[in-house]
Amino acid sequence: MRNPDDHAGSDLPSGRREATPTTPDAANGAANELSDAGSARRRFIVGSGALTGGIAAARYATAAPAPRTGATSTGVAGTRPVALSVNARDYVVAIEPRVTLLDALRESLGLTGTKKGCDRGQCGACTVLVNGRRVNSCLTLAMSCEGDKITTVEGLGDGEALHAMQQAFITNDGFQCGYCTPGQLCSAVALMSELRAGDASAVTRDIAKTGPADVSDDELRERMSGNICRCGAYAGIVAALRQVIDHG
Amino acid sequence: MQAFDYVRANSIAEAVMALSDPSTRCLAGGTNLVDLMKGDVEAPRRLVDITRLPLADVALAPDGGLRIGALVRNSDLANHRAVRERYPLLSRALLAGASPQLRNMATVGGNLMQRTRCYYFTDVAFGACNKRRPGSGCAAREGYNRIHAILGASPQCVATHPSDMCVALAALDGAVELRSAKGVRTVSLASFHRLPGTTPNRDTNVASDELITAVLLPPPRFGARVDYLKIRDRTSYAFALVSVAAGIAITDGRVTDARVVLGGVAHKPWRAEAAERTLVGSPLSADAIRAAADAAVAGAEPLRDNAFKVELARRAVARALRNAGAVA
Repeated sequence: MRNPDDHAGSDLPSGRREATPTTPDAANGAANELSDAGSARRRFIVGSGALTGGIAAARYATAAPAPRTGATSTGVAGTRPVALSVNARDYVVAIEPRVTLLDALRESLGLTGTKKGCDRGQCGACTVLVNGRRVNSCLTLAMSCEGDKITTVEGLGDGEALHAMQQAFITNDGFQCGYCTPGQLCSAVALMSELRAGDASAVTRDIAKTGPADVSDDELRERMSGNICRCGAYAGIVAALRQVIDHG
Repeated sequence: MQAFDYVRANSIAEAVMALSDPSTRCLAGGTNLVDLMKGDVEAPRRLVDITRLPLADVALAPDGGLRIGALVRNSDLANHRAVRERYPLLSRALLAGASPQLRNMATVGGNLMQRTRCYYFTDVAFGACNKRRPGSGCAAREGYNRIHAILGASPQCVATHPSDMCVALAALDGAVELRSAKGVRTVSLASFHRLPGTTPNRDTNVASDELITAVLLPPPRFGARVDYLKIRDRTSYAFALVSVAAGIAITDGRVTDARVVLGGVAHKPWRAEAAERTLVGSPLSADAIRAAADAAVAGAEPLRDNAFKVELARRAVARALRNAGAVA
């Protein structure tokens, strides 16, 4: 979705405004492959998200500059406006301290590309980039992200153009049901920067040797091990990464 | 998750002041605390977010050692040039833990404070857990205890400490710097974590008003003659059934110094001093390695489901020592 705050903020209470996904849906879960019924279901889910979680956000979802908060106390269970920068857009959402970044993205901002899998840091479906680094958004409190630059799967591509990693996942059958795919994509994009930085992994042979990292299949599998795929599309995922490494 | 109050500390002094309230807990990476809060295992009334404090640097110490800020992320520490080149054991242990995403979040201080993955502790559906509810009993002792302790346990608790990093830090003779309103003190890794005894609710010797500010490492003593060996049910993204951090110094063909520390077997990183004593003074022969491995598990008291860990630990110690000794 290009204008997630529109979903959260406008056309309520009907919440039935059609999503016009401008980021191709293959990237967000292979919805291009779905039937019309599948597309309708997806629109319903987007609308429901806006209804259930977006109401509080509606009043606050603006592009206004974020206020700094310092050590202001929230008061137990109270909501507080929190400034979030997501995919190069600024938002202010009213949330409680216990709201995770994952829930704020999905429920308050309507950015449902990021998926809730285990919700306990064990599957990687919720992976997003915070200041360019991959993290589990399910174990990140949204309030702690004020001042950070957050990138979700919706922000990987450039407008209509897919990110090279998204295209490589399509070309190489890097998914089946697609539910883990947004997390896999964010993880894979961050992995490329880690390789460029020369980061080591548990299977790196010579840990003391810095410089460009080895990119064997074992390395790629280990480095993607924080993202579980229940369909078992791992071979395609490794092939997608390989294609991006070899051809950009 | 229970509702709680949230404050962000803008200075170390502010964080220390916030911790004077015993119902306040520090939030750093959140990978363990937020998870436990979701399961109602932890329910702090207030969190003080310390992530913006200036404690994220790794600096060479005047004595040739390393000063590691408490907020250095696990991935940054593992990949720090000085750590990779001079403390490869620490890099190896860090990279063996969790996933890339979690390592990007998790901090040194949080790793020190992480809690056991005993299923009877992490699931409040089980009423008996002396660690979670003092005096309620231990469901694990008579329950399914495959992942539990074989050394240093007590009738009250058979949980293990889950960290990889702490096992390496113990082998490197690290120390933890703590700050409170009363001042600054330093605690060795060896005395940072506790055995369960009759108070398994306390994992560490840190007081609730103390803030971890740094981990201090002395100059490296073993060079590249180190190994971190982690044995687990799958080869990535899993906790250790048994892990071993080994370091050996060899001069003129004889072992002059050794460290053998085990993870996954006790309530804290388990330093096998008897194994170390066995090694020092002799060549690192097959016989010496066998004797050290036997010594490392002497006195083990397995439970119904984890007897395999005794032999696993014995073999893991032997292999780690062979790997460390094989380095030129």
